[in-house]
Amino acid sequence: MAEVLRPEMLDISNDTSSLASSQELLHVLAVDDSMVDRKFIERLLRVSSCKVTVVDSATRALQYLGLDGENGSVGFEDLKINLIMTDYSMPGMTGYELLKKIKESSIFREIPVVIMSSENILPRIDRCLEEGAEDFLLKPVKLADVKRLRDSLMKAEERAFKNMMHKRELEANDIYSQLKRAKI
Amino acid sequence: MQRQVALIKQSLFDQGYLDEQFMELEELQDDANPNFVEEVSALYFKDSARLINNIDQALERGSFDFNRLDNYMHQFKGSSTSIGASKVKTECTKFREYCRAGNAEGCLRTFHQLKKEHSTLRKKLEHYFQLARQAGPKETARRPK
Repeated sequence: MAEVLRPEMLDISNDTSSLASSQELLHVLAVDDSMVDRKFIERLLRVSSCKVTVVDSATRALQYLGLDGENGSVGFEDLKINLIMTDYSMPGMTGYELLKKIKESSIFREIPVVIMSSENILPRIDRCLEEGAEDFLLKPVKLADVKRLRDSLMKAEERAFKNMMHKRELEANDIYSQLKRAKI
Repeated sequence: MQRQVALIKQSLFDQGYLDEQFMELEELQDDANPNFVEEVSALYFKDSARLINNIDQALERGSFDFNRLDNYMHQFKGSSTSIGASKVKTECTKFREYCRAGNAEGCLRTFHQLKKEHSTLRKKLEHYFQLARQAGPKETARRPK
């Protein structure tokens, strides 16, 4: 009779500080047409221990994500972006339009999108939040804003990780009881 | 020397040339990035020179495309805000109000003033950064580790 491994003996890691203990940094894609603001947001994010990719337009952001229709989504499923921060007022495609395109994408729609704007216009804020923006930040963005975003993202990632581990544990328990009943 | 640098910086704040945003920028400097504020400043003056040029040309043409002017000024105000250029930002706001009112003369007057403030700030900051470099790295505000 084969020995049935009890779930506790299975190597289910109890290490729940997933993101913190692993070397993975949050990867943020920042979009802004202003040179000065790009430099600023990049620094804010680096100081907050994030990996940063900065682009100067919504079009370039779509290219980076593979959503510009050129390449299809081939090869972009592995692109790991944890957060997109975009300026609202940009020539060509606005941050709002970019937000919509991201939410329409099956690959990227789950990625939180934060809109940044120098103008405190309530209807604008409402529109963005209704379209699924995670948050709306007034410029100039503060370091405290970025840290708050990062912390809430890390918590969300940890929760997702814990849920996954819990689910695995339940599945393992389930298999164990089934095997025990079958007296294998 | 370092005290001199500190005094100059304080006067820039006291006289309203710079606001708290400049301090936020300084908070982002560290040993690995000791010249961050100076770099942002250089970027700002390069970018704003371009905008000033565009606006000058637009105004010289004589036809006042207030939408376009307002657009330029929106960008100008944005970057001025990001660096903490308080007086310049104020002039940008005034200019935009004149744009919305379709007041060409107001725009011209304000733009003249804006260029003055911009030039003054540039000189003062260049002087400040130069002294700060000479005084040594201790003087620039640092983020606590």
